[in-house]
Amino acid sequence: MADLNRTCLYDLHLELGAKMVPFAGYEMPVQYPMGVLKEHLHCRTQAGLFDVSHMGQVILRPKTGDLADAALALETLVPVDILALKDGRQRYALFTNDDGGILDDLMVANRGDHLFLVVNAACKADDIAHMRAHLSDVCEIEEITDRALLALQGPQAEAALDSIAPGVAAMKFMDVAVIASDFRDLWVSRSGYTGEDGYEISLLAANAEAFARALLAQDGVAPIGLGARDSLRLEAGLCLYGNDIDTGTSPVEAALEWAVQKARRGGGARAGGFPGDARILAEFDNGASRRRVGLLPEGRAPMRAHTQLYATAEGGEPIGEVTSGAYGPSIEAPMSMGYVAIEHSPDGVRLFGDVRGKRQPVTVSPMPFRPSTYKR
Amino acid sequence: MKFTEEHEWLRIEDDLVVVGITEHASEQLGDVVFVELPEEGTEVVKDDEVAVIESVKAASDILAPIDGEIVEVNSALIANPGLVNEDAQGDAWFFKMKIEDTSVLDDFMDEAAYKEFIE
Repeated sequence: MADLNRTCLYDLHLELGAKMVPFAGYEMPVQYPMGVLKEHLHCRTQAGLFDVSHMGQVILRPKTGDLADAALALETLVPVDILALKDGRQRYALFTNDDGGILDDLMVANRGDHLFLVVNAACKADDIAHMRAHLSDVCEIEEITDRALLALQGPQAEAALDSIAPGVAAMKFMDVAVIASDFRDLWVSRSGYTGEDGYEISLLAANAEAFARALLAQDGVAPIGLGARDSLRLEAGLCLYGNDIDTGTSPVEAALEWAVQKARRGGGARAGGFPGDARILAEFDNGASRRRVGLLPEGRAPMRAHTQLYATAEGGEPIGEVTSGAYGPSIEAPMSMGYVAIEHSPDGVRLFGDVRGKRQPVTVSPMPFRPSTYKR
Repeated sequence: MKFTEEHEWLRIEDDLVVVGITEHASEQLGDVVFVELPEEGTEVVKDDEVAVIESVKAASDILAPIDGEIVEVNSALIANPGLVNEDAQGDAWFFKMKIEDTSVLDDFMDEAAYKEFIE
């Protein structure tokens, strides 16, 4: 696999028997010998360790020393209330474009004197260029390239990490903290992308392999690949950038209104003032013409991405399309998400997906498909 | 047991040809989560798409290896698709075919030739 980057855990993945695949310009483990299905269930019942070092880590530091300046600057690129984000807290955000589409989704943490961002691997170069182009007057923008990022997810994550990094058990969902450990400072957030309680941990790449081995030595911790990461996030109703959201989908179409706090909506203290605000605020008022919904196929056949959706069992034009679809190991059933015309978007509406030329019934359903277990 | 280049196995049992997918194929597919089988009594022609197998990774078609009639399908796979990963070349057979002349099986690979083929 020429020209692909490797994370600092590459050798460990091979030693653990991972099958490596190209993903967002990196050679990443798609599965380990346990296999996707068992890895998924292991994460739900015990704990899973994920290498997410391919993701981008960025620090925004206000040139004035006043964090509010950095927060207000970032608010010009995201429809999110960054100013109200408290020290030691993290929230989900979206970079939007002038058309109201989504350039990337990301996490933003307030770490006292700076903001810490985690962005998608496939978008990180563009995201950083975007921030340099728009925020350089106000912020120092530093891409962190010497740190790995690991996620530890599942019911046994708290006990496993707390034994190595005492103090993390006291954190709540979306808290961030710097925890001293044998592996130097760990930048810990109590978050993840599986619907499970758990943590994401940034640490010096030089210490990452020893840290990963220490976690894998804990009770119940197993390495989990990208295959299970995808079915875990889909059961949790979470979007995969590039599949479920992209420059062609707006936050309202994507049912991500919850990510746009009151202060940034019409009538709010800092309403608008982000790329695409005219369209996005209009959609808050008037609705969008289509909406991202959960979809539960009847039967056992998965309804995968790009499956066309119809209102009727025969004839007619498509009224929507699946953007992610897989078998859900924890719900023991196929599950999908996708976009449908707004009149077909209420929960309980029965639609039909074209699977290999046959229209299979599927019901619009609330997400998450499996309740999340965050420690709030 | 004989093998096709589409990673199916065939064996003769009571004048019928039993068809399944190889262990190699099941390993490549990963965990199987759904199997769709043909109707019993269907007449098929070689290379017809007769069954579908969905794994955690993707959907794959199973082609008829030869002309004939599907006389029996393994409905245990519908209830337990994971059987394909557990016993691909045994209990997880897909269907049984009635064919005109079982000598056509001579054209397929034997185990040694298949092993060489997948290397």
